[in-house]
Amino acid sequence: MTATISHWSPENQERAKDILASYPEKRSAVMPLLYVASLEHEYASEDAMREVADLVEITPIQVKSVASFYTMYKREPVGDYLVSVCTGISCFLRGADDVLEAVEEATGVRSGETTEDGSVSVEHVECIGACGGAPAVQVNYELIEGVTPDKAEALIKWLEDTKPEVVLADEMQQLFGGQQSFDWGPADTMGAIRPVPAFGVFGSAKEGR
Amino acid sequence: MTDKILTARMDAHPLDSHTLDRYLNTGGYEALRKAIREMTAEQITEEVKASNMRGRGGAGFPMGVKWGFLAPAEPRYLVVNCDESEPGTFNDRQLAERDPHQLLEGMIIASYALGVNHAFVYIRGEYPKVARRMQSAIDEARAAGYLGKSVIGSEFSLDVTVHMGGGAYICGEETALLNSLEGRRGEPRLKPPFPAVEGLYAKPTIVNNVESIANVPWITTNGGAAYAAIGPERSSGTKMVSISGHINKPGNYEIVLGMTWREFIYDIAGGIPDGKELKAWIPGGASAPWFVPSEHLDTLFTIDDVASNGSMLGAGAVIVMDETTNVVAAAHRLVRFFAHESCGQCTPCREGTSWLEAVLKRILDGNGQPSDVDLLLEISNGISPGLAWPPAMTTICPLGPSAVSPITSITRWFMPELEAMIAGSEVAVG
Repeated sequence: MTATISHWSPENQERAKDILASYPEKRSAVMPLLYVASLEHEYASEDAMREVADLVEITPIQVKSVASFYTMYKREPVGDYLVSVCTGISCFLRGADDVLEAVEEATGVRSGETTEDGSVSVEHVECIGACGGAPAVQVNYELIEGVTPDKAEALIKWLEDTKPEVVLADEMQQLFGGQQSFDWGPADTMGAIRPVPAFGVFGSAKEGR
Repeated sequence: MTDKILTARMDAHPLDSHTLDRYLNTGGYEALRKAIREMTAEQITEEVKASNMRGRGGAGFPMGVKWGFLAPAEPRYLVVNCDESEPGTFNDRQLAERDPHQLLEGMIIASYALGVNHAFVYIRGEYPKVARRMQSAIDEARAAGYLGKSVIGSEFSLDVTVHMGGGAYICGEETALLNSLEGRRGEPRLKPPFPAVEGLYAKPTIVNNVESIANVPWITTNGGAAYAAIGPERSSGTKMVSISGHINKPGNYEIVLGMTWREFIYDIAGGIPDGKELKAWIPGGASAPWFVPSEHLDTLFTIDDVASNGSMLGAGAVIVMDETTNVVAAAHRLVRFFAHESCGQCTPCREGTSWLEAVLKRILDGNGQPSDVDLLLEISNGISPGLAWPPAMTTICPLGPSAVSPITSITRWFMPELEAMIAGSEVAVG
């Protein structure tokens, strides 16, 4: 018998079931379920972790021990848009620290903080695999390559003014990006609705606007 | 001879190289037909062995030999490592995003050869588009009968699951990856037992890198000997190399190894922007000791030549620094990465990387002490005694020793600059 969390949206309950069914052992579902629970609770809250524990039949502290190991499970509330500025070596060499400074100035918050209205969180991150398109920025893990400080400032203004329901990498790349690591090919119509990787099974991927 | 194996399709068909239709009308899944209808599992493994392909993930261990270690117990698993997180690498991202069926076909053939019925792709959490593309490819392949209960009508069945990481570099280490896939903290395991004997769920498991597996369809079609014939002995085949930093044409290049570094940096990647001088480069990702133009421009770009010159090709990531680079700041940035990504299990790494970061930081902040050079070397020696390359290990995995590479690099090649910075004099960069 598979446990369900009855107050989750029917869609997310279905996803949890699919995730649990895709592994030979239940415990493997902890990481994907933490993403789904982060959608339900807006972040990996204590409740979210407890519910994941119920689903995979381990203790809440075991889930917390996993969640706390990784950087992408946010155990504090996070804004609608998580702006991650890569400050790894290749981005650093191409001026990433200035990009981070521009993002901090435009939002009025420092790395690790969220704007007062809860719309934008800023973080600096280690290498995100976009070194050929340095400096790189992600919004809700959707990528923009070749970002200048000016473009970074414009990106923040755009997020705050237009409040896009779905953030699309190709759209942001067109508006705020430059040099790319490689030819991205045709535009991807899926994007992110929350600071959770936009992958179907976690439920944050959505057809573009 | 074909000079492009992995990127030929995406180059020729940039608009739809990721779709099943395009894959099929450019010869896709023919290798799988050949494998299942004309070859035994053992024959496929023999071809992979004959290719001499050395694993593309960083360690450079021959893939066929690794396959040969797989223990007979069942079930067995194949896990493809797409946790590409070594600073400077972005080649797996391109391969998986632009030609996911090529990777998937390689996985299906490998699974058939290894007797695997459930394979996993572990994709780093920061690569959602890769996960979407892989899942689309999996869904297309299943609908078309290349995956599922009876692969192309045979007795062989295979499921493939996409698993996304949570943002932890260390999960690229294969045993940490397996712990992560089991729903645990991504802490590396002591070896032995090796994953081929006790891997995922303590069952025999092969963990291979994306680029390694993406070569399997070509090897199946053309034979291991044809692959081995490409490029220098012991660095056979093509290699996807990522180049970034101060370079005119950053990007991924699928090359045959064996050229000089001068040719690669200047002829292939366009040289240094704005006519500046090359100061140093990292030949194989953040973990690798640096090369400098006075010594290494005419060194050959092969796995063994890089190794015999005291560094490594790793996952194939070249990071270029021009004359304006503050090498202490660059070293600090690299060490900060390792300090952040240390899993904390082993004391030399957990403590050592943080102390290295702190000492470099105070030098950068203008508070360097005359004893700091010795201190940096002493801490480094505590992590990796002897400061040699390949490094002596005091830790379960190579992350700690990797953090030592920037230290040995700046003390070996840029000591006057480091000392000047500590002395607080105006740093003469360049």
